[in-house]
Order: sequence, then C-alpha cells, then structure tokens
Amino acid sequence: MRTAPTTRLGLRLLALGYLVLLLALPIALILVRTFSPGVEAFLASVRTPAALSALNLSLLIVALVVPLNVGFGVATALALVRGRFRGRGLLQAVVDLPFAVSPVVVGVSLILLWGAGGWFGGVESLGFRVIFGVPGMVLATVFVTLPFVVREVEPVLHEIGTEQEEAAATLGAGAWQTFWRITLPAIRWGLTYGVVLTIARSLGEFGAVIMVSSGFPGVSQTLTLLVHARYIDDHNTYGAYAVATLLMGLAVLTLLLMTLLDRKRSTR
Amino acid sequence: MSTATATTGAGRDGVAAPPLPAPTPDRPVGTGRGRARLAPLGIGVVGLWLSVVVLLPLAALTATALGDGVTGLWSAVTAPTALAALRVTVGVAAGVALVNAVMGTLIAWVLVRDEFRGKRVVDALIDLPFALPTIVASIVLLSLYGPNSPVHLQLNATRPGLMVALAFVTLPFVVRSVQPVLIEAERDVEEAAASLGAGSWTIFRRVVLPTLAPALISGTGLAFARAIGEYGSVVLIGGNIPGRTQVASQYIQQQIEVDRPLNAAAVSVALLGIAFATLFLLRLLAGRGRRREASA
Repeated sequence: MRTAPTTRLGLRLLALGYLVLLLALPIALILVRTFSPGVEAFLASVRTPAALSALNLSLLIVALVVPLNVGFGVATALALVRGRFRGRGLLQAVVDLPFAVSPVVVGVSLILLWGAGGWFGGVESLGFRVIFGVPGMVLATVFVTLPFVVREVEPVLHEIGTEQEEAAATLGAGAWQTFWRITLPAIRWGLTYGVVLTIARSLGEFGAVIMVSSGFPGVSQTLTLLVHARYIDDHNTYGAYAVATLLMGLAVLTLLLMTLLDRKRSTR
Repeated sequence: MSTATATTGAGRDGVAAPPLPAPTPDRPVGTGRGRARLAPLGIGVVGLWLSVVVLLPLAALTATALGDGVTGLWSAVTAPTALAALRVTVGVAAGVALVNAVMGTLIAWVLVRDEFRGKRVVDALIDLPFALPTIVASIVLLSLYGPNSPVHLQLNATRPGLMVALAFVTLPFVVRSVQPVLIEAERDVEEAAASLGAGSWTIFRRVVLPTLAPALISGTGLAFARAIGEYGSVVLIGGNIPGRTQVASQYIQQQIEVDRPLNAAAVSVALLGIAFATLFLLRLLAGRGRRREASA
C-alpha cells in the first residue's frame, strides 16, 4: 500500500499522539511528581515501616506462589502434553479459566469457599485463618497466575518430544533421574519465562488480593494495597506516587527480563 | 506410560509397530513400571490441585448465587443497581473495544509500515500496560486526568474517565494480535491493486482489512473480555457512582462489604457468563476462519 507522505505523517502523528496522551505523558508526570521533591523524599516515602512491611509481604507472597506454580505448573503441563487420559480437554479448559475470571470474582469465590460460613469455613475454627490472612492472599494470587507456567512450558514439551526421555529410560534412568537430567534442562527457558510472568503478576495483583485481605498495615497490606490505602484513606498522594513509581520500576525490570529471555529462547 | 509412548512413537513414523518385547530382566527393575504407576498418581495430584485452587471456589460461587434458586439469581441480577452496573460495564467495555480496534490497528500499521526515529522505543512501550500493576495504571492516569491535573482536564468519576482507564490496560491486545499479521502480509497483492488504480483507502478496505480481520476480531474480543472484569484500574478514577459510573466489579465488591453474598455471587456469575460467551464466540469464529482457509 503506497500512502501519500502527508497521509503517512498524519497517521503517524495520530498513533503517536494517542500513545503520548494515554501512556507517555501520565507516566512521565508521575515520575516528575515523585522525584521533584528529591530522591531523598522518594526513598523516605518507600522506607516507612508500613512500606517496608508491605514490600516484605509482597515478596513473601511471591516466595510462596512461585514454588507452588512451578511444581504444579510443570506437573500440569506434563499431564497435558504426555498424558493420555479422559478429561484432558477439561483440564485444558480449567487451566485457561483464570484468564476469563475478573480478579474481584476470584476474591468473592475464595471468600465464599474459605470464609466464615463457606464450605471450608470450618478450618477457621481450627485456628487456620484463610480469608483476611496470608493464606487467602496466596490462594488468590495462585488463582490469577495459574496459567503462566503451564502455558509457557507446554509448547516446549511438545517441541522436544519424548525421544530423549525414552532413550534415558532405555539406558536405565529412573523417572526422577530422567526428569532432572533430560526434561528440566530442556524446558528451563520456558519455565523461567513463566516464572517471570508469575512474579510480575504476583507483585501487581490488586483486585483479587484486596477482596481477601483485611488491609491492616503491617499485617496484610501488600505494595499495591498500600498505594490504594495511601491515596484513598490517608490522602497521602505523594506517598501513593512514590510506591507506584517503585512498582513501575519493578514492572520495567520485568519487561527487560522478558525481552532478554525471549532472545535466549529463540537462539536456543 | 513408557509402553504407551513407545507405541505412539512407532506409529508416528508410519511403521507398523512390532509387538513390544516384554521388559528384559537385565533392565533395572522399577524404571518403566515405576513411571507407569507414577503417571496416574501425577494426574490425580494435578486434578486435585486445580480443583482446590480453581474449580471449588467457582463452584462455591455458583452454589451461593443459586442459594435462593434460579429466580433468586435472576432477581439479584436484575435489581436496578446491579443491572445498571452491568449495563455500564458492558457499554463502556464495548466502547473501549471499539476504540482499541481502530487505534490498535492504526498503531500496529504505523509500527510495521512506517519508519521513524525511536520506533523501537514506541514498540517496547506498547507492552507496558500488561506489565504495570492495574492500581498503578489508576494512579498514573489520575495524575493527568484527575483532581490535580496540570491541564485542568477532570475525568475523575466520569464515564470518559472509565474509558481512559480501560483503554490503558487493554492497549496491547489489538496491537499485538494485528502486528504479526501485518508483518506477514504479502505486499504484492496491495501493489497489484495499486497498479490497477485503486486508491489507498480502497486498498486498505478491500485488501488489507480482510487479511487482518481474524486477528483484529480476536484482539478486540480479548480486550472486551478483559475490560468487563477490570477492577484495579477503575477503582480510583471511576468514582463508583451507582447507576452512572459504578462497574460490575465495584458493585460486587460493595455487596460483599455490606454482607450480601448472594447479590455479589449472582452478579459475579453474570459477569462470568458474559466473559465465557465472548471467549466461546471468539473460538467459534477462529475455528470457522481456519476451516475456510483450509478449504481455500
């Protein structure tokens, strides 16, 4: 398609103008507002006790969610690719389900299952508090991040086939040995990519987590909840900007890692 | 397990598989058989995990929504504020999907067919909304379009404000689905049309758009499905005014807060229904497109 230079320029300006108004300008404004009182003010704002404990809780959730997703995610991918059993189509559908569910609906579902009066509400009387505690936030985060590892590992498993694994088995390797020596090294970049996506989403999840959290600073307030609380409850707009900037920094880091891993995967 | 894969392996090569030899005694005991016993166990564990994490919560949700029977569910969904929230949600999401269809295609076209300095930076910027936490999106947009706006643009607690927030978080869907198709598109058909005297608008409409249609529809549909469930990005900028800017996810959250789980569950089920219907429709359309391509 040959477009006249003026049309081409017009389209370019339209596209870039949209992106500037929607993305670039608001983000630049946040950065300016965060750093205009100086880097010290920013550091002080993200180093308050509430902010530090929010960071700790966010990292704790990541530390609990990632191993769960890696273990069960790889197992699920193996079952989907290598398994021959009835109900495999159903399993596929269940894995994709979290993408279609609103975060708030995730939170409500967990409250109705684990909360007081829910089917599993009994665990609360045993002294194991799920809703309004860390277990609930972990369950919410696992729900929304469930597809990532499975969907990144699955195509790699398809691609590598079973020849090497069979050869290893013929040579006398046990199931675990085959997995550690053959399967895991083959899927490592796909798995890493899935883990990066999981970490990014875990740090950034808001809707599902706020539903099942009591929101008390220091106890069950993650970084995203802190942004919300500072803006809405404390009217501490600057504090909200500062934590948002911190989260943005983490997001940009994720993007860089993903680009790097993409290259690794394609040159493998 | 190992027996099964060996059989399929032979079948794949198109060679009639000879009957498999029985495991020879010199083969270490427990390898093949150990795997065979592990596999059903593994599938069981995976099934149990997915049930506890995903299926049981959704089952509890559905059971709560149906607590007063189907009529109870229906009256909870059709209660004036619930219905208004669902209307606002679907209306705004449809508007945002449309904006995405137009602007997303335009951005993809500019990124593929145009050359300018800094194009790679712009290309990298597109993914940012997926990487940014939704609450950060809210804060970011409020800084420009909220109470402290330097350009005195007040979109706080208005429907345009909702649209801006949703357009922000759904930006990558259409761009990223249309872009690869544009890269792969064969330019010679467009050039042939041009040499036959077609104008660029005609070429776009008659040649480019039909090629892009499947990717465009899928990207737009995914943006819509994402937009109807959004919460984090609209929670600060939306205003939560019942009947005007309150979206379904905010209504659900509010009903939980005032301890009306049935209302919350009912609207959740309605929201899920809309999302599933959208994704089902997309899968249907994709299947039809593939069949047409195969028969062509």
